[in-house]
Amino acid sequence: MIYHLTVLLLCQLAGEFLSQSFNLVVPGPVVGMVILLGLFMLLPKLAMAVQPTALGLLSHLSLLFVPAGVGIVGHLDKLGSDGLPILFALAASTALAITVGALVFVGMSRLVERRK
Amino acid sequence: MNALPEIWTYLRQEPLLWLSATLLAYAVGDTVFLKSGKRPYMNPVLIAVTLLALLLWVTDVSYPTYFEGAKFVHFMLGPATVALAAPLYANLDKVRAAALPMFAALIAGSVTAIVSVLAIAYAFGVRGEILLSLAPKSVTAPVALGISESIGGSPTLTAVLVILTGVMGAVMATPLLNLLGIKDWRARGFALGVASHGIGTARAFQVNETAGAFAGIGMGLNAILTALIVPLIIQIFA
Repeated sequence: MIYHLTVLLLCQLAGEFLSQSFNLVVPGPVVGMVILLGLFMLLPKLAMAVQPTALGLLSHLSLLFVPAGVGIVGHLDKLGSDGLPILFALAASTALAITVGALVFVGMSRLVERRK
Repeated sequence: MNALPEIWTYLRQEPLLWLSATLLAYAVGDTVFLKSGKRPYMNPVLIAVTLLALLLWVTDVSYPTYFEGAKFVHFMLGPATVALAAPLYANLDKVRAAALPMFAALIAGSVTAIVSVLAIAYAFGVRGEILLSLAPKSVTAPVALGISESIGGSPTLTAVLVILTGVMGAVMATPLLNLLGIKDWRARGFALGVASHGIGTARAFQVNETAGAFAGIGMGLNAILTALIVPLIIQIFA
């Protein structure tokens, strides 16, 4: 497990290096994900080995957002007098984005299948 | 032997206590979530954050002191993002086959997320720095903060808005998508990842691995697309 974690960290480190060197919009860990995917495709054995650790980490992905979540509680007053409209805008916009994204995905995949 | 108050004075400054508290609060949140039959509004993040915020308030411990312990958990966000390559690799055939639907859903979902939040807030009279801080709310935090800063928003406020959006999406996704009658796990996960970044992705993994894999891709792609189009879209509201 420590070796697998080392693989993840090295990919993140490489991603961070590329992201910083080329001033990319994409953050280091996301570049690291692409690097690891490339490694998996080149070395299926590595994928077999790292898979359980990676999935184990992801099964508790929620936990990792807790510290940042606690941090925002003290900043909720920053919403100020606009608090209610902002909360409403966030909720409505999130619902709309999920709805539109999912419907377009389903519609497009039906179109693609019909063409086949 | 030391008196209890002295031991407490020592422990409350120690990372060990706050790291333990973070894991324990999450364990409570996760147990409640599982016992409730995985009800989406019993979100483990929401429960754990509420418990810890109350605990810090009651014990009068500052966030920086708390974070000295919690930062070890926070740090794992990076390696976990890299780990998204694993479900992506396991679902590679499904991902390749769904390239076109993903592309269309990405553009539609991303533009809807940005334009709708700006339009609704604008209609309520929100202007200036606060309005701009809203624009990248659907994107994973490190990218959202960067976008917010570059367009003249407040990164601190954006951080709050990003987390709120993530929790809202995680809570509403299941009932909303059931209401819409969408049964395709790829579509459900992808739309949630685009709209609600990592917290949405975490929720998708709780439900279904394919949904989680697609949510991870949605989150990654939307980070790139939003960074490119937000500067153009805010021109309309300037």
